[in-house]
Amino acid sequence: MRRLIQRLLPAVAAAALLPLAGCGGGDTGIGAGRLAAIKARGQLICGVDGKLPGFSYQDQGNYVGIDVDVCRALAAALFNDPNKVEFRELTSSERFTALASGEIDVLSRNTTYTLSRDASGGNGLDFGPTIYFDGQGVMVPRASGITSLKGLAGKTICVENGTTTELNLADRFREQAIPYTPVKYQTGDQTYGAYLQGRCAAVTSDRSQLAAKKTSFPDPEAHVLLPEVLSKEPLGPVTVNNDSALADALRWVVFATMQAEESGITSANLKEKLAFARANPNQADLRRFLGVEGEFGKQLGLPADFVPRVLTAVGNYGEMFERNVGQQSKLKLDRGLNRSYRQGGLIYSPPFR
Amino acid sequence: MSALPWWRDRRRLGWLIQLAVGLVVLLAIALLLGNLERNLTRAGLRLSFTWLNDPAGFDIAETLLPYTAQSSYAMGLLAGFVNTLRVVVVGLVLATVLGVASGAASLSRNPLLAGVMRTYVEVVRNVPLLLQLVFWYFAVFLALPAAAEALRLPGLTLAKSGVFLGPVSLVNGELSGGWRLSLELAALLTGLVVYSGAFIAEVVRGGIISVPRGQWEAAASLGLKPTTTLREVVLPQALRVIVPGLNSQYISLAKNSSLAVAIGYPDLYAVAETTLNQTGRGIEVFLILLTVYLGLDLGISLLMNRLAHLVRIRER
Repeated sequence: MRRLIQRLLPAVAAAALLPLAGCGGGDTGIGAGRLAAIKARGQLICGVDGKLPGFSYQDQGNYVGIDVDVCRALAAALFNDPNKVEFRELTSSERFTALASGEIDVLSRNTTYTLSRDASGGNGLDFGPTIYFDGQGVMVPRASGITSLKGLAGKTICVENGTTTELNLADRFREQAIPYTPVKYQTGDQTYGAYLQGRCAAVTSDRSQLAAKKTSFPDPEAHVLLPEVLSKEPLGPVTVNNDSALADALRWVVFATMQAEESGITSANLKEKLAFARANPNQADLRRFLGVEGEFGKQLGLPADFVPRVLTAVGNYGEMFERNVGQQSKLKLDRGLNRSYRQGGLIYSPPFR
Repeated sequence: MSALPWWRDRRRLGWLIQLAVGLVVLLAIALLLGNLERNLTRAGLRLSFTWLNDPAGFDIAETLLPYTAQSSYAMGLLAGFVNTLRVVVVGLVLATVLGVASGAASLSRNPLLAGVMRTYVEVVRNVPLLLQLVFWYFAVFLALPAAAEALRLPGLTLAKSGVFLGPVSLVNGELSGGWRLSLELAALLTGLVVYSGAFIAEVVRGGIISVPRGQWEAAASLGLKPTTTLREVVLPQALRVIVPGLNSQYISLAKNSSLAVAIGYPDLYAVAETTLNQTGRGIEVFLILLTVYLGLDLGISLLMNRLAHLVRIRER
């Protein structure tokens, strides 16, 4: 009996190790070929926050917001239908795992572009263009009389787990040697709920998020943002590393909305511009941009007319901004850094050439 | 070696079946590992634990260790683990006291007392723990008054700034002195103790019922009071039934403590979640988590098995 086992053991071990050695295998949908997988599925799966007014939230059962519009723009480019998106709501701690495991195709959840998230030795993500240049702020109840960070010495501050905010908070307060206690929650609802119940003297997050959440408070006027900006928070969509086809398609769909604003093309005058481009063979730039000539779409694995599709669905960047977070929204955020470079802002599209 | 052919040798056949099953399990594990390896390679990730020595960069609200944002991730995880241990150890003791008292009381001949205890057990057992924790935290503890109008009970002061044990004084609108528990810790302990207490009460009740009525009657005929009977005659016999049941309740409590993350208490899981986000080391972080929780539960099991051995009935 023992001899039998002795004879069998190496064979068993070899058999068990075989799958480890032979690393062929089919494609699991993670990594290369995600764009093809999305096309085959006929639907884009997009991870969003879902509870952040202006960025992504549900209005009468429909997802709206600037983060949502990025997903809709990509869906419009791929399927000519901005509704071919399935939205998955994720907390800030869940988001990267959901992306890395392939549960979602694109993460569009007010995510800050940082070195460690981008690097393959870190989170190993691939960032699209920044769609909102933000900075971290601190909100306090007006009645507290606190007017600067120094006023928060020894106080408790509510913050969401798994955010850059959490780290910046530690860095800024340590630099200025202000003692404080962070209380961390898993979701935005818990964070702001605890703040409103008076657990913390202040709540910290991106300034746009604070402004957005404030609109949903029972008494928005009872809360103020401190003047200090604690950090740079460039927010944008994200895809998984090592999948250039999807990352490039996403990148240029977003750039298309920015280029359209630079070129003065809106969802309202798109038809005119298209007709103009078709009728005037000497308008090479416009013809290439709108897909009347050239192969830009094909090079990206998108249809030739992906730019008109995107603009029909969500409009140009300026329209997206104003509709969701700007003057036409409840948030009434100033464009600030998010103006086109022509107006002194940072929104700039590389050339469509 | 016997002359029997192998397919009729029951002993050898048994071995072969074991071997076959073992092979299948090994193959399944190898397949999973191979898959993991392949996908990690494709995503450009490699298992590594060197990041544990990097500075964590985030703060932890309450810790018994000298942890600061400059400390390493390893130190942060350890601080989280100590926070978990604190809840588990205190929780075990309090839940046992509550459970034994209410389990015994639910068998009381006083219908009011028994009724109240039965209601407690049934209500608490049938509501999800997460819901209870969120209720305790947001509806009870966060609704406490500010320090100036603190709720003062003998030896216990409750306010929005925390739960204080022992004498406290109000200085400049802040409470000081005594032993302060954060609201998160207090809510987590309350939730876990009330929840586990209900299950332990049922275990204790079952244990007491398992002692034959004759034992009660015999003790009564000797003139023992009911409380003495319970303490000296019934409980020692009931323990051998109670202890194994307690074991699983204790293990549950240890595992349930990870729900702390829902109410902002920095336990091991909460720290691990932040760590995972900052480092992107999902697999490594989960390996650490699995190992620690498994170790904690096996430790509890081991101690309880020792205890079960001590309280077993010794045949004479």
